[in-house]
Amino acid sequence: MFKLNVNGKVHQVDVETDMPLLWVLRDHIGLPGTKYGCGIAVCGACTVHVDGAAVRSCSVPVSAVVGKKVLTIEGLGQGGLHKLQASWIAQQVPQCGYCQSGMLMAAAALLKEKPRPTDADIDQAMTNLCRCGTYARVRAAIHAAADIADTATGVKRSAS
Amino acid sequence: MKISDVSLARREFLKGGALVIGFSLTGLPLALAQATDARTPHTLNLDEVDAFLAVRKDGSVIVYSGKVDLGTGHRIAMRQIVAEELSIDPARIDLIEGDTALTPNQGPTAGSTGVMRGGMQLRQAAATAREALLARAAAHLQTGASELIFSDGYVGTATARVAIAELVGDRAFGVRMNPKAPLKNPAQYSVVGRSLPRPDLPGKFTGRHTYVHDFTLPGMLHGRPLRPPAVAARLLEVDAASIAHLPGVQVVRIKDFLGVVASDEWAAVRAARELKARWSAGSGLIGHDNLALWARRGPFVKDEIVVSKGDTSDLANDPRQFAASYQWPIQSHASLGPSCAVADVRADSAMIWSASQATHRYQPAYAQMLGLPLEKVRLIYLDGSGCYGMNGHDDAAADAALLSKAVGKPVRVQWMRQDELGWDPKGPPQLLALRAALDAQGHIDAWEAEMWVPLATANLEHVPLLAPSDAGIAQPAGQMVGLVTQNADPPYRAARVKVTAHWLEPAPLRPSNIRAPGKVANCFAVEAFIDELAVAAKIDPLEFRRRDLTDPRGIEVLDRCAALIGWKPAEAMRRRTGAMARGRGIAYVHYKHNETYVAMAMDVEVVKKSGEIRVKRVACAHDCGLMINPGAVRNQVEGNILQALSRSLFEETTFDSQRVTSVDWGSYRILRFPEAPELLIDLIQRTGEPPLGAGEAASSPVAAALANAVYDAVGVRLRTAPFSAERVLAALRATA
Repeated sequence: MFKLNVNGKVHQVDVETDMPLLWVLRDHIGLPGTKYGCGIAVCGACTVHVDGAAVRSCSVPVSAVVGKKVLTIEGLGQGGLHKLQASWIAQQVPQCGYCQSGMLMAAAALLKEKPRPTDADIDQAMTNLCRCGTYARVRAAIHAAADIADTATGVKRSAS
Repeated sequence: MKISDVSLARREFLKGGALVIGFSLTGLPLALAQATDARTPHTLNLDEVDAFLAVRKDGSVIVYSGKVDLGTGHRIAMRQIVAEELSIDPARIDLIEGDTALTPNQGPTAGSTGVMRGGMQLRQAAATAREALLARAAAHLQTGASELIFSDGYVGTATARVAIAELVGDRAFGVRMNPKAPLKNPAQYSVVGRSLPRPDLPGKFTGRHTYVHDFTLPGMLHGRPLRPPAVAARLLEVDAASIAHLPGVQVVRIKDFLGVVASDEWAAVRAARELKARWSAGSGLIGHDNLALWARRGPFVKDEIVVSKGDTSDLANDPRQFAASYQWPIQSHASLGPSCAVADVRADSAMIWSASQATHRYQPAYAQMLGLPLEKVRLIYLDGSGCYGMNGHDDAAADAALLSKAVGKPVRVQWMRQDELGWDPKGPPQLLALRAALDAQGHIDAWEAEMWVPLATANLEHVPLLAPSDAGIAQPAGQMVGLVTQNADPPYRAARVKVTAHWLEPAPLRPSNIRAPGKVANCFAVEAFIDELAVAAKIDPLEFRRRDLTDPRGIEVLDRCAALIGWKPAEAMRRRTGAMARGRGIAYVHYKHNETYVAMAMDVEVVKKSGEIRVKRVACAHDCGLMINPGAVRNQVEGNILQALSRSLFEETTFDSQRVTSVDWGSYRILRFPEAPELLIDLIQRTGEPPLGAGEAASSPVAAALANAVYDAVGVRLRTAPFSAERVLAALRATA
C-alpha cells in the first residue's frame, strides 16, 4: 500500500512496488490525462511533475514518489486554466492532441525555471515528440504564455 | 474515464469572446450516451435527410457524420457547414461520428475527402432540410416561402416566426435528399470561412478528453497481444507456468494468435513481457536494403498504363533524353500513442470502440471474425492518437475483440511502442524511373514514368488484419494501399506522356495507405526531375514551372510562394564554399491533378562535414478552394510540412530476414523540436469554389523542394529517401 500525493490530494493505492507511476495514475487513481507513448522515457507523452520537476512517469516506479508531490495535467490549472492551457487554446495548438498533456507539463516546468524562455531554452527543454507536427505552435504558445500574467493565481510572476 | 463520472462531456465554444462551457444533460460522455441511447432506430440511408440530421425539441441539432475528426478539425468544420445552411449557432449542434449504428456510411475518412465529400453531403442534407422547413413554415405561418428568412433557429418574417424545433423537433424529416436544393449564397456566409475554435481542444489540454485509450467499461480487463518474434512465425508452444507468479492473468491462444488478459494494465504489460513461448522461424523477408532489387525483379501481378498521351515509343532511343530513378522507403505511420481499442463481445452481439478511419469498412471483418451477423456488431469511433492513414487501430480492435470473446468480458488493448512501429501496416515502398526529352526551347517534348508499387486490389479495400490471420479465421479479401499512381505525370505542358505501373505482389511488409498515398514519392520524383530538366535547360526552376503551367490557380500559388520566400534566380542563393552550404528549392503539385494546389519553397543549410541538412524556412502557398475553417486548414498545412520533412529526412522502416528492426524512437527517428523550421504559409480563400482536401496535399511537394534546395546548396542530387546525414555525406564524397 502506497500513500501518494497527487494534485494536492492523498491517494492510497495497493499496487506492486515496481508499477510505473504512469499506470498508477491512469489505472488506479483515475487520472487518464497522462498518456503512454513509448515506455522508455523518450517521447514525453507521460510527463508529470514530481516536486515541481518534469519527469517521465512511464519510467518512475511508484515507490520512488512516496512522500513527494505529484502534479498531473488534470491538476495543472487548479482553480482555473493554467496560463499555458489558455495559451494553448488561443493558439489552437494540437492536431490529434495525444502528446499535448506531456508538452504542457514540460512547458510548465520550463516556465517555472525560466519565466521568459528564449528559443534556445525551448529547444533544449522541450524534448517531447509530436508526430502531427505542432512544434512551431507549441513554441509560439510558450512565448505567448510567458508574456501574460498567471491567470490561475492572478499574480504576475516575478522574473527569477 | 469511469461510467460514474459526470460533467466531463463538455462542449466549449468561443462565443462573443467568452469561453462558454456547456455540459451535456446526461453528464455522460457522448460515446457512452450513444451506446446506451435507446432511441436508435434511425435511418442510415444516404438518400434520406434523416440519416444526417435530427432536430431536438429544444432546437438543438444532431449531425450524424460518417467521416470522423482525426485531429483535423472536422468536428468544428462539419458543424460550421450545417450551421451555415440552417442559420443556427454551431454551438447548438452535437456531432456523432463514425458509429456504424448511427452514422451513414460516407466511406472512410481518408484521401483528404472529409470536407470535400463528407462535408458536402452534410451541406446538401442541411440545404434539403432548409428547403423542407421553408415549405412547412410557409404553411404554418400562412405566408409565401419567399418571404421567409432563417435566423438563429427560427423561420419567419419580421412579424411572425416559428421555431425549427416546433416544425420538426424530435421527429423525422421524412425527406429525401435533394441534390438540387438551393445552397446559401457564399456572399452571405457568416459561419463558414471563420476560424472558429475546435470544441474538443480544452478537454485535450486539461486531461479530460476521452481518447479511446481512456475509455473504460464496467468490469473491463486489459489485454496485450504477443506478436511473434518473426513475420509469419508459427506458435509452437506456450509456457503458461512462466507467468504463474502474476496472479489473475489469463493466457489466450487461438492457433498462432497469443494474448494475455489481466485486471490491470501493468499486469498485462508484465505478462506479455514475461510469458515464454516458442515460435518457428519466420517466412523469410528480403531485408530493406534489397527493396529496389525486389521491385525490379517482381514477381509482378500485372502492368498498367496509367497515363498515355501521344507516342513516346522513340524516347528510349532519343539522344536528348534525361533519365533518373527515385526511391521511397517503407515507412510507418508511427503514431505517437500506440493503437488502442476496447471491445465488449457477448454471445449474441459485440461493441467495439476504436479510433478507426473506417468503422463501416471493417464492420464485416469483425462480424466474420466473431461469427456474428453484421447488424449485431457495432463500431463506435473515439479519438485516437493521430494515424495519418491506416495504422494499427483496426488491428488493436481485432485483438481486443478476439480477447474479449475468449474471456467473456470487455477488454481494452493498447499496443506497446514496439508493436506500433513493428506491426502497423506500412506505407509501401516505391521505385520510379523517369525519362524525358526537351525540345529546343526547353519545353517537355516527351515524358515517361515507370513505377514499381505493391498491388492494391480494386474494390477490395481491406487490409488483412493480424489477429484473424494469426488465429486462422477467414476475413474479407483485399489489399488497400491508396491511390498510389497519381501525380507521376508532370502538371506542366508536355507533348507526349506515358505513365506505367508495374504492380508487384504484396510488399514484404503488409502495406496500407499512408498520408498522401503514393503522391509523396511520385511528386518527389516528378518535381526533383523537373528541377534536373530546368538546370539542363538553363532555365530558372520557378520560371521553368511557371511558363508551362496553364491553370491560373497553379500559377497563382507559385507566384505567391515565390513572393513569400523572396525567390531570386537560383545562382544568387548558392553558397557552395565553406563548411556550411546554403540553398533554396521549389516544388509544386496539383494534388491528384484535380484537387488542391500547393507550391512550396524552402531554404536549407547543409553541413558539409557531417551531411546534416538543416531546414531553415519553408514557404507554402495553398489553394484548397473554399476553406470552411481557415485556422484548421493552416494547422493541417503545418502538420503536412513538418511530418513530410520528417519522412523525407529521417524515416525508414528497416527489417532483416525475420523482423522489423526499427521499433523505437531511436531506430525509427522522427523530427524533433529544434528541427522544426520557420513556416511561412499563405492560404488562398476561394469562397465561390468547392472545398478541396487539406489533410494531405501539402505533404506531396516537401521532399522535392528539399532535395532541390540541397542540390542548390551542394550540387548533389538526392534520389533516395530518406536524406539521412550518412546518405548525404556519401553523395558529397562521391561527387567530390
